[in-house]
Amino acid sequence: MEHSLKIKIKNLNFYYGDFKALQDISLDMYANQVTAFIGPSGCGKSTLLRCLNRMNDLIPISRVEGQIILDNQNINDPSVDVVTLRRNVGMVFQKPNPFPKSIFENVAYGLRVNGIKDKAYIADRVEKSLQSAALWDEVKDRIHDSALGLSGGQQQRLCIARALAVEPEVVLMDEPASALDPIATQKIEELIHQLKKSYTIIIVTHNMQQAARVSDVTAFFYLGKLIEVDDTETLFTKPKLQQTEDYITGRFG
Amino acid sequence: MNKSSLLRRRKLAQVAIFGLFRLSAAINGIALLIVVYFLVARGWRAINWTFLTQPPMDSMTKGGILPCIVGTLCLSLGAILVALPIGVASAIYLNEYARPGRLLRAIRIGINNLAGVPSVVFGLFGLAFFVVWLKMGVSILAGSLTLGVLTLPVIIGSSEEALRSVPDTYREASLGLGATKWQTIYKVVLPAALPGILTGAILGISRAAGETAPIMFTAAVFYTPSLPTSVFDEIMALPYHIYVLATAGTEIEATRHLQYGTSLVLIVLVFGLNLIAIIYRARLQRRM
Repeated sequence: MEHSLKIKIKNLNFYYGDFKALQDISLDMYANQVTAFIGPSGCGKSTLLRCLNRMNDLIPISRVEGQIILDNQNINDPSVDVVTLRRNVGMVFQKPNPFPKSIFENVAYGLRVNGIKDKAYIADRVEKSLQSAALWDEVKDRIHDSALGLSGGQQQRLCIARALAVEPEVVLMDEPASALDPIATQKIEELIHQLKKSYTIIIVTHNMQQAARVSDVTAFFYLGKLIEVDDTETLFTKPKLQQTEDYITGRFG
Repeated sequence: MNKSSLLRRRKLAQVAIFGLFRLSAAINGIALLIVVYFLVARGWRAINWTFLTQPPMDSMTKGGILPCIVGTLCLSLGAILVALPIGVASAIYLNEYARPGRLLRAIRIGINNLAGVPSVVFGLFGLAFFVVWLKMGVSILAGSLTLGVLTLPVIIGSSEEALRSVPDTYREASLGLGATKWQTIYKVVLPAALPGILTGAILGISRAAGETAPIMFTAAVFYTPSLPTSVFDEIMALPYHIYVLATAGTEIEATRHLQYGTSLVLIVLVFGLNLIAIIYRARLQRRM
């Protein structure tokens, strides 16, 4: 199956102050595929993920060079509005972080801040998003209860529903299952399989089995450099570089 | 030393230390009880319907303290109306917008120094600035503004603390959904920080209600039988009334029970204001 190019990273450097956290990264990511970033802690995979929705803008001393092209548009171009960008590039964080509001209001939040007032439309989007996140059946009877009463796994699926509600094109996931138990993790992974039919998904994970299970393409990072990228199956069975093989077989990292 | 006697000693040390902590907490409670007991024992006889609903009479040796109650309520609420918006806005700027640097440090030092200024200095400032220079006269407005400035550091400090305690993950989640920074602050950060901000408001209002020095030049008068009709009226106030009765009245000894009665009313008023804020805060927290 042919997939269209969604995001093209060209010669990207990223600095925290004087520290060069990402060095000359070039990488293509395709629509309706899951791209996984793997590598040991501090290798820059989360930093790269957060470049894709410019979350690093929040860090005053950070600086970015090179290009990230999303649908033919360089997202760091001054003409790009970061608020619009983040609406199109949703994010799910490492720890479930629902707002201290009701389940309904959590999912409706993104719609409301984007100026949508139509109540029927909001209710419909909330239900559809919760269904997409495989949470609707569990919460439909207590949709106006606090989101903080949900279990960790449910909270994370709520965060996914919240990200889906604004209909992004790309969904970034920063170790979305690392704070969850195995059963909740399995649900999230099944969900990722479903979601890639409609979205471009990029996932950072520490867990190599997870990368192997959920992704189509895997990129291995080490010390701020992209070491190897390939079809997930190829990368895990016939890596081209010794360094990659050492990491995926657990010899270091 | 054998193992079990060592364990006994460690447990003993724990019991002793916890005992000390418990004692410290108890001293707090006991101090409050003593103050309240003292005021009730000496002041309760002064309290009756006339006392609460009539102005002072016969050179303030008889009658009531209604103008003082109304005055203190006006001043406290006025001070909060001034200090809460400015204080919360400042805290938002300092915590959410300001880039770390020399300017931010200078502002913080300024706020900390403002907190250390003696209240009588605020009184003189209020007199010179609000009463004379801005021509507000001795009035509720001038007194509220002076008390507002006095309580600002408390409000800013506690609001900043409350904003800091809101996890960054909320901010990231909101920004990640395409909310602007202001939407994030208004819809997520502020609601989460509101209980903490209210705690600051409680502290601020209690302080404002009890201050004497800042209002004696700016708002409070020795005696006026009439209730205020506008913010430009001068008023009586409970703390200043106590001060006047106890030091400058015509019958200082004979009005002791009135002084204690007035103090009791002031304390009850402050507790009442606190209680309203506490109940409101509890309701907010339940909703989350």
